[in-house]
Amino acid sequence: MSEKPWISVCEINDLLPDTGVCALVNKQQVAIFRSRRLNEVFAVSNYDPVGEANVLSRGMIGSIGDEVVVASPLYKEHYNLRTGECLEKPGYKIPVFPVRLDDGLVQIQA
Amino acid sequence: MKTRIVVVGNGMVGHKFIDNLVNHADRDQYQVITFSEESRLAYDRVQLSKYFSGSTAEDLMLTSTDYYNEKGVQYILGDKVIDLDFDNKEIITASGRREAYDKLILATGSFPFVPPIPGNNGEHCLVYRTIEDLERITASAQQSKIGVVVGGGLLGLEAAAALKAAGLETHVVEFAPRLMAVQLDEGGGKLLRRKIESIGVRVHTQKATNEIVAGAESRYRMNFADGSHLETDMILFSAGIRPQDELARKCGIGLGERGGIVVDNNCQTTVKDVYAIGECALWNNRIYGLVAPGYQMAKVALSHITGGKDQFTGADMSTKLKLLGVDVASVGDAHGNTPGSLSYTYSNDVEEVYKRIIVSADNKKLLGAVLVGDVEAYGTLQSMCVNGMDLPEDPNCLILPNVDGGGAAIGVDALPESACVCSCYDVSKGAICCAVQDGARTMGDIKAITKASTGCGGCSALAKQVMDSELKKIGVEVSNHICEHFPHSRRELADIVRIKQIKTFDDLLDQHGRGLGCDICKPAVGSILAGFWNEYVLDKKHIGLQDTNDIFLGNMQKDGSYSIVPRIAGGEITPEKLIVLGEVAKEYKLYTKITGGQRIDLFGAQLHQLPAIWKKLVDAGFETGHAYGKSLRTVKSCVGSTWCRYGVLDSVGMAVMLENRYKGVRSPHKMKFAVSGCTRECAEAQSKDFGVIATETGWSLYVCGNGGMRPRHADLFATGLDDVTLIKYIDRVMMFYIRTADRLQRTSVWMENMEGGLDYLKKVVIDDKLGLCEELEAQMNYNISQYQCEWKTTVENEELQKRFKHFINSEARDDNLAYVVEREQIRPATALERKSNNIQLVELVD
Ligand SMILES: Cc1cc2nc3c(=O)[nH]c(=O)nc-3n(C[C@H](O)[C@H](O)[C@H](O)COP(=O)(O)OP(=O)(O)OC[C@H]3O[C@@H](n4cnc5c(N)ncnc54)[C@H](O)[C@@H]3O)c2cc1C
Ligand code: HEM
Ligand code: SF4
Ligand code: SF4
Ligand code: FES
Repeated sequence: MSEKPWISVCEINDLLPDTGVCALVNKQQVAIFRSRRLNEVFAVSNYDPVGEANVLSRGMIGSIGDEVVVASPLYKEHYNLRTGECLEKPGYKIPVFPVRLDDGLVQIQA
Repeated sequence: MKTRIVVVGNGMVGHKFIDNLVNHADRDQYQVITFSEESRLAYDRVQLSKYFSGSTAEDLMLTSTDYYNEKGVQYILGDKVIDLDFDNKEIITASGRREAYDKLILATGSFPFVPPIPGNNGEHCLVYRTIEDLERITASAQQSKIGVVVGGGLLGLEAAAALKAAGLETHVVEFAPRLMAVQLDEGGGKLLRRKIESIGVRVHTQKATNEIVAGAESRYRMNFADGSHLETDMILFSAGIRPQDELARKCGIGLGERGGIVVDNNCQTTVKDVYAIGECALWNNRIYGLVAPGYQMAKVALSHITGGKDQFTGADMSTKLKLLGVDVASVGDAHGNTPGSLSYTYSNDVEEVYKRIIVSADNKKLLGAVLVGDVEAYGTLQSMCVNGMDLPEDPNCLILPNVDGGGAAIGVDALPESACVCSCYDVSKGAICCAVQDGARTMGDIKAITKASTGCGGCSALAKQVMDSELKKIGVEVSNHICEHFPHSRRELADIVRIKQIKTFDDLLDQHGRGLGCDICKPAVGSILAGFWNEYVLDKKHIGLQDTNDIFLGNMQKDGSYSIVPRIAGGEITPEKLIVLGEVAKEYKLYTKITGGQRIDLFGAQLHQLPAIWKKLVDAGFETGHAYGKSLRTVKSCVGSTWCRYGVLDSVGMAVMLENRYKGVRSPHKMKFAVSGCTRECAEAQSKDFGVIATETGWSLYVCGNGGMRPRHADLFATGLDDVTLIKYIDRVMMFYIRTADRLQRTSVWMENMEGGLDYLKKVVIDDKLGLCEELEAQMNYNISQYQCEWKTTVENEELQKRFKHFINSEARDDNLAYVVEREQIRPATALERKSNNIQLVELVD
């Protein structure tokens, strides 16, 4: 299977530290977060499967134990930003997308 | 050679059996194959109604083909087993397939009973059992205005709620004299009826349907035995279930008089090596129409096959209705059918609560209970009943509200280790305690480890009590630390921020915390920083701390859109401004509502529209109303001495002044004010955090009141105040609150937890006992001097507006937003309306 192409969505500076944005990549809504402390960027689906709305990019990121998470802005479930798993509701899992930085550009495979 | 097990039916119970088997220690000795008439593997029938609130068939699945493949389970879908050959030990399917078995499990479930009424087979006469049924109901609802559910039992009411949610005028027709006749007694049934009617479902009891004929105005007309009739477009039968015993009947397996496959304590049928489990099985002349007993049978049958000793000896039939806003539960022998049983009843028509417990003749044991309106005691009562615990000395305390402040809370310590806490997953108190011993610290942990509370949810309160009590026992301190990132309470953090003059979250985390922070500590610290320094909340340093609403300066609604709430200080507004609000709402098609806070909310604004809408409002002289912040909401006022015949002081003027003074001040929780112009108290100031009432001798100040879920009458703090003293006192109390309250603690709770209470607060604020007053006032004055309208700042700076877009890389809008018109305004479309293709959606403004 051929790899999906990397698609540039914004500049890293468009992403304020410790907040998220939503990008439209191949018709999918992708929530992208930047953690200043970890100096790392994460990409997951923007759809909140519990609240049933496209809002995860507007959630707050942080850590629970060793896991990096985003809290849904609607009902505050936490999703692991590396695996997509929901901490409170086993069975709910959101898609995670590969993301990288290339010369100041945030790029996603989706 | 492996033992071959054939499971007929892959429903909830059949699947449970298989899941237990493939996780059993001896699993390698067995080969299992299952047949299902349905086109998919087992799904969660109990949660079926969630399909109407947006869950998909996928969400409801209990297992997957991947899981079965991984575990070596063979499965044949969409092929019904139609014959059994006991001599050759084979089953035969509709497609002609033959499969040999060593052990045969019948888990064929049940089917809905449709009363033999002439005309019951119309195209829009449906039942409620499978996902396909729900698809049919959805399709029919789209072509119908009125729906009738025949049967007012547990399932019928669930179905009625679903029809109601689909927008149909909904009726329930019940043959018996009351709703949920199986579970409820007369008193409970009566109250339930009132509650069901109050959610807009019409109830008709004691109606026997004679025939269904073509209607005059609607599709059908139901003619009742008493001569009355009802017109409807669709009919949903929910008149009970019948065991699916067709196969067993055909092959001569022993059945009960009224159907059901007879089984013994091992779940064996009358034929060797053939077992029956779940709703098709008849034990002791009884069918169990609930999932938990079925799961028990699955366990027993497997135990018998693998040489274990488990027996089925009957099961608890306690149930709880899963309807939002209507709480009903029944436990054990709810009708008091046990000879000699006695009962206690508590009934309160005002609060719409009905509770009855049935106790043994010797007044020692609980036999059953009925709860309507307040089901908090369900868990406790259910486990008392199932575990045969002794009743407390005065059984009244189980149903009376708050006797000795205890209510129905019987110490969970009294429960034996073996007590079943969660009947859906058969989790005992011991299992929860073990999980705590092994490190579980939250309900999330308990759910993940034991599965308790992940079924119907009825046991969650009890499970939490058991967990908390065990935590206490093993000495885990219920700490006051705000979260795992800071070993401090909010009050301690506030002291640190103030004394060390810390200005950012990062500095605080570096010096006093660990990890990355989370959605508990970040907003709390954001509020503390704002409470003392009051900097622009969307500044780069602070933006990551802002909670759902603060981060876009608007309250997020359920679909991700926002509300717009401009400040209307004191509820006073000019006609010109009123017109601006109307024009803006019209231009952007926003839903408009007057709130209880004496102002006007506009709903349904999309993220990218917020700056443009606010630009118009700011240009017209409006400011943000901070409806999103933990801060002052509104100062409500009555019209006061300027107009009112009774008024003694200008309450509106005072309200406007107070609202403008404290607007934007961030606090541990939201704050509400009100000012009344005389002691008639039209502004209801005594239910507010700060209430001000005019008297002949000056203002009276009330503090720490609350409305809402737990109302608290405000305390009279001082009387006969002039304007200057009034403000001085409010400044001091408010800043003291900001400094010392816990996270999300309203002033009412803050007061209740304050050592020394009202007198102490008076000493601090009026007598300056701590020598703090000057500092508190200075702090408040500084805070107020830093005020800015965040929306004004935002609309004046293009850079700041960049974030207000749904997509960073596209101008498209969120295609998930959908609205319909109701009462001439927009509202979000329901899940069902979205699925439908003939509902008129509102065209959105860009
Ligand atoms: C809307 C709804 C709400 C409910 N709410 C609750 C609740 O809150 N609490 C509760 O405890 N219970 C509830 N129940 C009841 C619960 O769902 C049942 O007790 C449970 O599903 C019974 O499991 P079962 O495996 O015996 O039967 P089923 O789940 O019905 O499974 C039987 C399966 O066998 C298949 N089958 C039948 N005959 C054959 C054949 N000859 N060959 C092949 N396959 C065959 C059927 O197609 C079916 O898929 C509810 C039920 C419904 C419909
Ligand atoms: C934890 C409890 C509460 C929550 C979660 C809550 C939530 C909300 C929300 C989200 C809004 C804003 C709606 C919007 O603009 O989007 C709101 C508004 C309002 N709530 Fe509550 N509320 C709570 C308790 C209360 C209480 C106790 C009262 C009354 C005593 C109350 C009275 C109001 C009023 C009057 C408004 C309109 C306010 C305005 O005009 O700004 N709320 N509430
Ligand atoms: S509180 Fe007094 S002044 Fe205000 S409206 Fe009522 S009667 Fe009039
Ligand atoms: S009472 Fe408050 S929280 Fe509840 S629905 Fe109404 S606005 Fe929302
Ligand atoms: S009793 Fe249903 S989830 Fe525990």
